[in-house]
Amino acid sequence: MMTSFMRRPILPSPTGGEGRAAPGSLLMILFLSILFLILPALSARAAMNIQEVTSPKGITAWLVEDYSVPVIAIRFVFDGGTTQDPPGKEGLANLMTGLFDEGAGDFDSEAFQIKLDDAGAEMSFDAARDGTYGSMRMLAEQKDAAFDLLRLAVTHPRFDQAPIDRIRAQVLSGIISNERDPNTVAQRKWLRAIYGTHPYSRPDQGTRQSIATITPADLSAFHKANFARDGLHVAVVGAIDAETLKQKLDAVFGGLPEKQALIPVADVEPKLGQQLEVNYDLPQTSLQLAYPGVKRSAPDFFAAVLMNEILGGSTFTSRLYDEVREKRGLAYGVSSDLVDHQHADALVVTTATRSDRAAETLALVRQVVKQMAEEGPTEAELAATKRYMIGAYAINNLNSSGAIAATLVELQLDRLGIDYMQRRAALINGVTLDQVKAAAKKLLSVEPAVMVVGPAAGGKG
Amino acid sequence: MKLQSDWLRGTLAAIALALVTTAPVLAATDDGHVADFLLDNGMEVVVIPDHRAPIVTHMVWYKIGNADEPPGKSGIAHFFEHLMFKATTNHAAGEFDRAVSAIGGSNNAFTSYDYTAFHETVVPSALGEMMGFEADRMRNLILNDDVIKTERDVILEERRSRIDSDPQAVLDEEVDATLWQNQPYRIPVIGWMQEMEKLNRTDAKAFYDKYYTPNNAVLVVAGDVEPETVKALAEKTYGKVARGPDLPPRIRPVEPEQNTRRTVTLTDARVSVPGFSTQWVVPSYHTAKPGEAEALDLLAEILGGGNRSRLYQELVVKQGIAAEAGAVFQGTMLDATNFTVYAAPRGEARLADVEAAVDAEVARIAKDGVTSDELEKAKDRYVRSVIFARDKQDDMANMYGSTLATGGSVQDVLEWPDRIRKVTVDEVRDVAARYLDLDHSTTGYLLPQTQAEN
Repeated sequence: MMTSFMRRPILPSPTGGEGRAAPGSLLMILFLSILFLILPALSARAAMNIQEVTSPKGITAWLVEDYSVPVIAIRFVFDGGTTQDPPGKEGLANLMTGLFDEGAGDFDSEAFQIKLDDAGAEMSFDAARDGTYGSMRMLAEQKDAAFDLLRLAVTHPRFDQAPIDRIRAQVLSGIISNERDPNTVAQRKWLRAIYGTHPYSRPDQGTRQSIATITPADLSAFHKANFARDGLHVAVVGAIDAETLKQKLDAVFGGLPEKQALIPVADVEPKLGQQLEVNYDLPQTSLQLAYPGVKRSAPDFFAAVLMNEILGGSTFTSRLYDEVREKRGLAYGVSSDLVDHQHADALVVTTATRSDRAAETLALVRQVVKQMAEEGPTEAELAATKRYMIGAYAINNLNSSGAIAATLVELQLDRLGIDYMQRRAALINGVTLDQVKAAAKKLLSVEPAVMVVGPAAGGKG
Repeated sequence: MKLQSDWLRGTLAAIALALVTTAPVLAATDDGHVADFLLDNGMEVVVIPDHRAPIVTHMVWYKIGNADEPPGKSGIAHFFEHLMFKATTNHAAGEFDRAVSAIGGSNNAFTSYDYTAFHETVVPSALGEMMGFEADRMRNLILNDDVIKTERDVILEERRSRIDSDPQAVLDEEVDATLWQNQPYRIPVIGWMQEMEKLNRTDAKAFYDKYYTPNNAVLVVAGDVEPETVKALAEKTYGKVARGPDLPPRIRPVEPEQNTRRTVTLTDARVSVPGFSTQWVVPSYHTAKPGEAEALDLLAEILGGGNRSRLYQELVVKQGIAAEAGAVFQGTMLDATNFTVYAAPRGEARLADVEAAVDAEVARIAKDGVTSDELEKAKDRYVRSVIFARDKQDDMANMYGSTLATGGSVQDVLEWPDRIRKVTVDEVRDVAARYLDLDHSTTGYLLPQTQAEN
């Protein structure tokens, strides 16, 4: 039974990176019924002490000690991710991440999973575009056993043939099951259209053909090239002290090679100024518009983030929400997001509406964007949005031990510094109305890439 | 690892829900006790002190859900949840939202079969202001035809987005309408399209006046606050709202005896990999005899709770015929609920063979029961989930709110781990044998169009 319907869809919060839009998934939208927080920005300064811990072997982690719940969360990322899949082996990173609990060291798949269950630990890995993430949540009293299993998984995965074939078959089943799903098909076309032949255009899960070619040797080679200490970023939150963590860092990661061997990945400008129409007989028409984005390191980053928030951000008060949903009832969800990958940036507006009003909705979205480009926000909008963004950081990023660890990893990836949370409010408050107007003009005056997915125009509604 | 399958996503979502709704949480932290008291106007208040961070979660749960709707008015509970964000006689439309966002807070609301909840998460100093807004819209909403028409368009789009665009969701709706022959859980929470289109101001007003009263609400506050403070603030805000007429007990139509095996099939051009689920009517925590619902929770975990479960190990690992397989029990419901098993084939395996293998595991667990080793490990996982849940305030607040809105008590939540620990091997076998009878079940099939044509 689908038991919960809420006032508006909630997209998963980007972990730590501001304006880094995570792809929405049905699961997250349905069941993240509440976004929570632990620490507001102001008190974060007083309450959250982030220590930089460096182990004898030179592995660095950011640590937040907290003994109020007997739990430890660790999260880490190795640079690289799915962009490192060799041509023809697309889906390699994703398949690898399905195999870390399928046998390591002397334990085969079954033995390893029993050990993990007995240790009361939950371990997961995920291949993103620009990095391979791992995390573990454990009970403090069983941390020795849990860290030891993590060590085995990270340094001595077995990649046995039987689990490879099984997990590959599951991935294949997922690929096949989406072959006729209009939104998946449309998103594939979209990525190819805006990214061309860049690795970002490739499906993370690979294709039927590419995953069929992956061998144990491919997995071992990928693991060796990617899981190395110079591309590693670690954060730990919970009931563990710095001295103990140092030993654990060396135990878990100390056996890895020192240097990564990554394939260079070029930066790419998404190809805008194009129109895609994908026709399916669907109950709704989905609209997607891509404008230029902004680099995380750009001086006008926060000006663009504030502008995006006012245009179509995560509150109930954005311009797009007000015009498209509140005033006209054209859609359930409408939003704009800043996509911030390592090698590409974009501002993407998405919504879905009844097909007979799709043209009206698209025109309205473009009108709201145009007005923002030409006039920018008002002083009052900017002031309110600054207050929101400063207060909401903790809500969106620090709502549990795992979320705090994820946020600290992203801060390391973005090279923002261990004192970023103290500096952030001043960075936001320092943005002027003219800077936001300039960002609006720069990003939103460009002719976007537009995709329309739904019944052919003039077809039935 | 990403599998990216609609079928899997549907089932994984069900698992996530089960984790939320079937694993109550230990009382707060060691630093505080859960307080539970009534205001003079009958509003119940639960306070879960948690002083780890200067934040509070403020939730109002109304004991009204889609299963309480009048006949022919499906979707009114969820529609009304949306309308609660409109103007009141004291605050213009959007003022509450702006007040929340101005302090970096978050807010939303949700509707289910048995309850509707509204929530804000803010700094403790804003708690009184949130209570003021929330108490105001409990009685002072302005409902006019313009507001109704625009927001009705929004929920129609929501239905098209969430249900009509997703073959799995369309099938799930029809399976529910088949499994439940009499109980209102047969009606989708969002409503049937043709009834949603006709919801009007009169319906909304009647619904509001009947159900949105302090004596039909539970206030849950979790976080950095003391019960005395909550009580004082609540008396100044909610306490000023007049008690409404007493509502009759929530006695709804119940299921007749189940006597048949039913199947529901959806073929759809958007589907490439088939899947199925089989459901049974079983007691919920509210309707079960003592210990039965706990045994059903453990049965679901052992049969299909994760990758150590019987269904996963047998179908996915040993036989290698399934991409996914599992079981779900949704215990936190006011009336009888459903127990579900599901699977999807992989490779050359046929759906019928996968279904037969699932049925065989169901029959085996009903006949031979579970081992004490399986039972102890399943108990450990639940008790562990209780410790992990203490890391998230929202899990705590949701658990108390949903339990109290479905006929349970604070004590029920507090004692849940102990009751799980007491369940015996025999009790798990007994509930499996009693309820998982394939001759009295409902199965839904999601099929690709090509397969149906063969």
